[in-house]
Amino acid sequence: MTQVFPIARRVLEYVLKLCLLMVFIFPFLWMISTSLQTFRETLAYPPTLVPAVPQFVNYLTALEAGPFGTYFKNSIIITLSIIVMQMVVLIPAAYGFAKYSFRGSGFLFSLVLLAFMIPGQVTFIPVYLMMADWGIGRTLLPQIIPFMTNAFGIFLLRQYFKQVPEELIEAARLDNASELKILWKLMLPMSKPALATIALFSFVSHWNDYFWPLVMTDSAAVRPLTIGIAMLRETEGISNWHVIMAGNVILVLPILLVYIFCSKQIVKAFVYSGIK
Amino acid sequence: MDKHRFMKAVLPYLLVFPAMFGIAVFVIYPVLYLGYLSFYKYNLMNPAKSKFVGLENYAAIFARDDFYKSLFNTAVYTFGTVVLTLAISLAIAVWLKRSTKLNAFVQAGIFTPHIVSIVSISLVWLWMMEPNLGFLNFALKSLGLPTSQWLQSSDTALLSVIIVSVWQGIGYYVLIIVAALQGISPSIYEAASLDNASNWKVFYKITLPMISPQLFFILIIMTIGSFKVFDTVRMMTNGGPNNATNTIVYYIYQNRTTNIGYASATGMVLMAIIGILTFVYFRMLAKKVHYQ
Repeated sequence: MTQVFPIARRVLEYVLKLCLLMVFIFPFLWMISTSLQTFRETLAYPPTLVPAVPQFVNYLTALEAGPFGTYFKNSIIITLSIIVMQMVVLIPAAYGFAKYSFRGSGFLFSLVLLAFMIPGQVTFIPVYLMMADWGIGRTLLPQIIPFMTNAFGIFLLRQYFKQVPEELIEAARLDNASELKILWKLMLPMSKPALATIALFSFVSHWNDYFWPLVMTDSAAVRPLTIGIAMLRETEGISNWHVIMAGNVILVLPILLVYIFCSKQIVKAFVYSGIK
Repeated sequence: MDKHRFMKAVLPYLLVFPAMFGIAVFVIYPVLYLGYLSFYKYNLMNPAKSKFVGLENYAAIFARDDFYKSLFNTAVYTFGTVVLTLAISLAIAVWLKRSTKLNAFVQAGIFTPHIVSIVSISLVWLWMMEPNLGFLNFALKSLGLPTSQWLQSSDTALLSVIIVSVWQGIGYYVLIIVAALQGISPSIYEAASLDNASNWKVFYKITLPMISPQLFFILIIMTIGSFKVFDTVRMMTNGGPNNATNTIVYYIYQNRTTNIGYASATGMVLMAIIGILTFVYFRMLAKKVHYQ
């Protein structure tokens, strides 16, 4: 069979694999299609696959349903602040754990692993009360500072730093290079893939985060985009799927664009994180 | 020279200090605080009026049916998600393991849902699973299959949530398993083919043991991750219908403002469950898993 119809077999393989792909892509296509339909079209049976006239007005309706400028700004501020702060904290920590032996390092590193194990779903009640106590409950800080230590990042970067040969560092020290210079000029350039992975992870997970902002925020002024979009269902009514899907496209688009242009790096980063 | 020595001794502590400070303030202290809260009947309006109640909150948890219901739902969800995800992603990974352009493209496509917010995923699937207008029932009907109420019936709601989670997660696990499969040395397979081993036997005797560290890794992170399930539930069902999809974290969330002490005690129980799972897995890891 396989020798007689090699081409037929290949075609079949292509078709089946593309069908598999569609299982994962189709819901997004349908989201985009719905976001461009009229209310009437969303009610039609059989379902409308391609809208007669694209209704871009749905996007305006969605954006007018809430302070989306604020939501968008908040999402950007929160995500960028977290990434910058995490880098400042985790780079020296990873260096310390990778290249120094000091009393208590084992214990401290096990605390890092412990922090990795304890999720926000456990700590959110006390953290919420702490933030209120400190008088910063109504700012963006409760969505930023609890993430200052990225345990996964420390772990990953430490592995990278460990691979930098000790001789190189010793040679630099003999040349009277300061520790800061060694870190900046020697360690970091050799760890670019790890830094990119960590930043990418932080971006994706905090841009997409829903749980933490949901339990930390009480007012629109500090809410990020995910919460705003999720609330469309309440403000627009449960059956206005065309408007809800338009809001949804607005939320997904930045991530999807990033993914389409650097899917290779993103896929690599995720695979790496899972194996090491 | 002395100053230099001093710096050398102190420097590593300075390097790790900010990170350890973050862990102390935002992980360790909150956990202790959570434990403290769990012994109190906490008054949110006037914390000074909070009352120490000892183990009362814990006693209440284990006496309440709705807690067992959420625990049971979480266990069913975890079991369903882990088994389905492992089985399906293993099958897909074996199918897509050769590194060709098409396979890489399909893998990247399958992975897409993993990087999209759970808010979007949930909204899209709410719409897909809408019983009257949704695409899923239309597709089933077109194929002559019976339709479903999906999220709107207490019989199928939990399964629907599981389907969405599996759909979202598979891409990531396929990537990891494919990478593991590609890491197996071809010479092992050549030896097996010289012995005329059947495909199934090769898979069972060589492939599975060789990728068991990665499968084990997936098992751990999925089980622990599934026990924390909240987002899909909050977005798609709000725990309903009739508590059919209420999970532990959603249960904590429901009680977080009205009964902080009780919610905190439930949080301690969740932490204990996660701790036990992690411990058990690491014990098993030490014993069973094959390493090269």
